[in-house]
Amino acid sequence: MANTLFDKVWDSHVVRQINDGPDVFFIDRHFIHEVTSPVAFLGLESRGNSVVYPARTFATADHNTPTINQHLPVADPLSANQLDALENNAAKHGISHWGLGDENNGIVHVVGPENGITLPGATIVCGDSHTSTHGAFGAIAFGIGTSEVEMVLSTQCIMQPKPKKMRINVNGKLGLGVTSKDVALYIIAKQTTSGATGYFVEYAGDVFEDMSMEGRMTVCNLSIEMGARGGMIAPDSKTYEYLKGRSQTPKGADWDKAMKYWDTLYTEEGAAFDEEFNYEASDIDPMITYGTNPGMGMGITKSIPTAESIEGGVATYRKSLGYMSFNEGDAMIGKEIDFVFLGSCTNGRIEDFRAFCSIVEGRQKADNVTAWLVPGSHKVVDQINAEGLDKIITDAGFVLREPGCSACLAMNDDKIPSGKLSVSTSNRNFEGRQGPGSRTLLASPLVAAASAVEGVVTDPRTILNANA
Amino acid sequence: MAYDKFDVLTSTAYPLPTENVDTDQIIPARFLKAIERKDFDINFFRDWRFNQDGTPKAEFPLNKEIYAGSKILVGGRNFGSGSSREHAAWSVYDFGLRCVISSEFADIFKNNCLNVGVLPVQVSALFADTLFAAIMADPKTEIKVDLPNQKVTLVATGESESFVINTYKKHNMLNGFDDIDYLKNIENEITDFAKTRPF
Repeated sequence: MANTLFDKVWDSHVVRQINDGPDVFFIDRHFIHEVTSPVAFLGLESRGNSVVYPARTFATADHNTPTINQHLPVADPLSANQLDALENNAAKHGISHWGLGDENNGIVHVVGPENGITLPGATIVCGDSHTSTHGAFGAIAFGIGTSEVEMVLSTQCIMQPKPKKMRINVNGKLGLGVTSKDVALYIIAKQTTSGATGYFVEYAGDVFEDMSMEGRMTVCNLSIEMGARGGMIAPDSKTYEYLKGRSQTPKGADWDKAMKYWDTLYTEEGAAFDEEFNYEASDIDPMITYGTNPGMGMGITKSIPTAESIEGGVATYRKSLGYMSFNEGDAMIGKEIDFVFLGSCTNGRIEDFRAFCSIVEGRQKADNVTAWLVPGSHKVVDQINAEGLDKIITDAGFVLREPGCSACLAMNDDKIPSGKLSVSTSNRNFEGRQGPGSRTLLASPLVAAASAVEGVVTDPRTILNANA
Repeated sequence: MAYDKFDVLTSTAYPLPTENVDTDQIIPARFLKAIERKDFDINFFRDWRFNQDGTPKAEFPLNKEIYAGSKILVGGRNFGSGSSREHAAWSVYDFGLRCVISSEFADIFKNNCLNVGVLPVQVSALFADTLFAAIMADPKTEIKVDLPNQKVTLVATGESESFVINTYKKHNMLNGFDDIDYLKNIENEITDFAKTRPF
């Protein structure tokens, strides 16, 4: 029988199948951060267990870190306490730890691939729903809860029912100003915020084959925003080029052996999916969200749909627009904004900073906009500097901050004030996500840049066309 | 962390018909800074329960005296979407709830609930509407959740629907067991498996 990429990787990690129960599922790589791991270590210790495979777990501080003055002690005592707990737990159990200031530090889903920890065919979990990012490499990667973090630490396994399979094909060529973020937001708008619940998604077709690894990571990252447990893309020559020579990838004969295995990781002709969807690249415009879940998105030139025209409950829809202070039928273009956030595990990679700079180069940040530009890792910072993007950013009136999750979830001081409107390259526009009362419009780095220089929601194509 | 066994629960319920309730609403990120499990009851639905000055929002169902002490929450479709934070499931449990009923749950939230002793009961959209209507008509409406028989019943009318839970998780929930007990018990099998992994 023809097999899918997902089946091949999943089935090879099942230690034991429980009759009318979950699979005992082996985990190759486990990332931990300061927020969802402390209680897991408490549980581990209270049961008298130890970390069975410390070399398979990797700790990095990201969710709750300041993005300025990282060389100084962390001012917030609760945050400092959490960062200390991560460092102490890692040291005590022999787990590698990239704390604040470490050259490898950054957002967990940025530093994993950067350091070659993420590999095709691997199973990867982390107490963070955007772990799906690593699926870009042909890994099965998904978010878990703290109880499961403890399971991985103490047994290297979790108990998981096997999800159903969905394939999403996008074929054709993307138009000017349309990025991987727009492809993802388009798919989520079609699927709605819960359309893929219970599924694991494979992305296939020209658009994903043509995409860079950074772009594929953005797409897989957002799989959870339509309810999917994760998303993955078959590895190809781009995957191997990205990984080869990174610090923790296999070397020499081990690399050749790994490649042989990775070459078997694709969906065979005729393999069956529980659901399959086909979309056309030419139908996708630069996207923007207007509501309080990522499924409430549309092409940037469109108007906010009426409650009657959407699926789902009218009361919930109106509550959402009420929170945003938007009306049915409003155009998004031209709405005055207050903040721009470039960063996060969705759009905090070098390609995102290049895209942002392609718009702001030779222009100036609008006076009404506060902009937070937060690279995903120190390696991204180094690359920004090496490519001279730092100068473009500074000349245009922007400031580059230090790496971390920052205003994506606003656990640190990077909070959008109540009522303020933010164009954000992150992944969630939930009520209060970027700070209590904050209002978030999700968009690509190009839309964020165009809006940052114009001071209002702006279609980046107007600037890209002017540049051409 | 151990939790109390779940068998048959009969209780009034808080109605929360809003759809797509995400875990950032259930427990906002700024309350995730603790390194132990405490105060999650206080911050459960913090920004929907309280104004920014800390005063309660009287109209929010969790603040209404008429529902106080309920052990069940009936939520709108796609309950628990978003972040994987188990803190959301902890806050449900620590607030005093043992069961959430909805016509659809987000996957990770559902898993987390099962791991901490909160029973997620998925019912049809039609039955969810029946429950909401019954609670609206009479806030003291009692709902019986029978785990051994996998059945949820409106006590007053006897209207009922069966729900799905796998045998393994059901056994855990009935006995207050968790997965680590199971996994440690097959440790040798896992060790042998680990030796076969190429990386």
